[in-house]
Amino acid sequence: MSGYPALPVYAQTINLLAAILLLLSFAMLGQRRIISLINLFMAQGAVLFASTALVAAATNQHHLYWSALITLVLKVFLLPWILHRLIRRLNVKWDIETLINIPTTMMIGLMLVIFSFNLALPISALAGTILRSTLGIAMAVVMLSFLMMITRSKAVPQVIGFLSMENGLFFAATSATYGMPMVVELGIALDVLVGMVILGVFFFQIREQFDSLDIHHLEKLKED
Amino acid sequence: MQFASSLILQFVELVTALLLAPLLTGWINQCRAWLANRSAPPLTLFYRQLAKLFEKEVVLAANASSLFRAAPYIIFACMALTATIVPTLSTALPLGPAADAIALVGIFALARVFIALAAMDVGTAFGSLGARREMLVGFLAEPALLMVFFTASLISRSTSLSTIVATLGRSELTIYPSLAFAGVAFTMVALAENARIPVDNPTTHLELTMIHEAMILEYSGRHLALIEWAAALKLYAYSCLGLALFFPWGIPQDTAPTSLGLAALSLIFKLAIGGLLTALIETLSAKLRIFRAPEFLGTAFMLAVLAMLVHLLLETAK
Repeated sequence: MSGYPALPVYAQTINLLAAILLLLSFAMLGQRRIISLINLFMAQGAVLFASTALVAAATNQHHLYWSALITLVLKVFLLPWILHRLIRRLNVKWDIETLINIPTTMMIGLMLVIFSFNLALPISALAGTILRSTLGIAMAVVMLSFLMMITRSKAVPQVIGFLSMENGLFFAATSATYGMPMVVELGIALDVLVGMVILGVFFFQIREQFDSLDIHHLEKLKED
Repeated sequence: MQFASSLILQFVELVTALLLAPLLTGWINQCRAWLANRSAPPLTLFYRQLAKLFEKEVVLAANASSLFRAAPYIIFACMALTATIVPTLSTALPLGPAADAIALVGIFALARVFIALAAMDVGTAFGSLGARREMLVGFLAEPALLMVFFTASLISRSTSLSTIVATLGRSELTIYPSLAFAGVAFTMVALAENARIPVDNPTTHLELTMIHEAMILEYSGRHLALIEWAAALKLYAYSCLGLALFFPWGIPQDTAPTSLGLAALSLIFKLAIGGLLTALIETLSAKLRIFRAPEFLGTAFMLAVLAMLVHLLLETAK
């Protein structure tokens, strides 16, 4: 075999999971329905949990088990549940409107992936972890979530983009340095949770004011 | 002696393809019927239809040119050739090195051009409509298919299908994330190219939606039989291609009779599962509007490019 370096099986599995993470990001970018978007976000959390747990098992980093557990509880169960409840109560089942049409968004996403892969190459050469080659994917996930936040005009998909960006950052931390310190991680987890709750309240306020969740109404805000 | 025996083996592979192709189509139809709670047509229905069509006389339009009459033979020959190039029973058959992956895409394109020309030849509205749509789908599907092949070629450092399959089949413990992407892209392309449900419906004759059926409306008798058989062969070739690229286990690299027999058994087994999955996809998805087809195939292209990128990022030695 000429191309593929002889990596151990777990590292190959982590690479596969990283690739699935990227695939899910693209699926989210191209998704029109809000419910499917939440389910994709849930799947992304599940993949993140699997890869973190695998890294923990492979490298004997015990704190990573905790990170994996937090990911599982927060991103696979709690946040999707809150989001599902929110959209049920807000009664937003309509298809998502995008600012740029979806094929163009996909092409821009492809450019972003090339960009972040190139950007990550010298950085990942410095890292000493087994997952360093997945850093490019982590950055691509962050970029794609950014793109999703930019191209969606409704509030709920933007929040999902924000949460997915946090997934990317978390994966970047795991792949570059075997995760952040526990305190930071707990802090971020709590931030995301509280942020979600506050944004949930915001949704209701926005809808109450403008009868819509389109955040472009916010641009017309005037003091008079 | 060596040459003669390898020729015989190649002939056996061709006959296997010709016989298995209608069976595969019949099997998919049967699975679709089961999944839709209909009583299933018998597996041999397609053979009987072919036999019936071969017996019927050919009715030609008054203004049909020689191109119209020649096209079914050319299309059938193209599809039979692709079915022999794709490694199914062994990677060491004489026609294997005759054409690489890029030439294979070329042969598919040749058949497509001829079926589109023949559809426009008589000058009916449906023929031209179908031809246009077919070319639209084809020109979007082709780059995606090429990208899938390029990913596999990058992994095995060769565009020859036999080498690709041999390389992929040898290293069993390697997981290629890029091939997972390429596999999804290939499935989408294969569904589009074979007029399966998200893009075209093989059983419809509704004028607004049909693509493949619209092109062959003017054909009858043995011409129609050849075209139907060629469509079945195309489906068979694509299925074998997918199995060879993404599930290459069980394709031997020698031509001993026992390994060929085992390869045939594993091929039938894999085709049966593949056919079931195809029927499942078709049952679960709704047909796309024709203007959504570019988006569908654009996604396939994007996935194939991603496969290449992921290969370059994750799977190259640094």
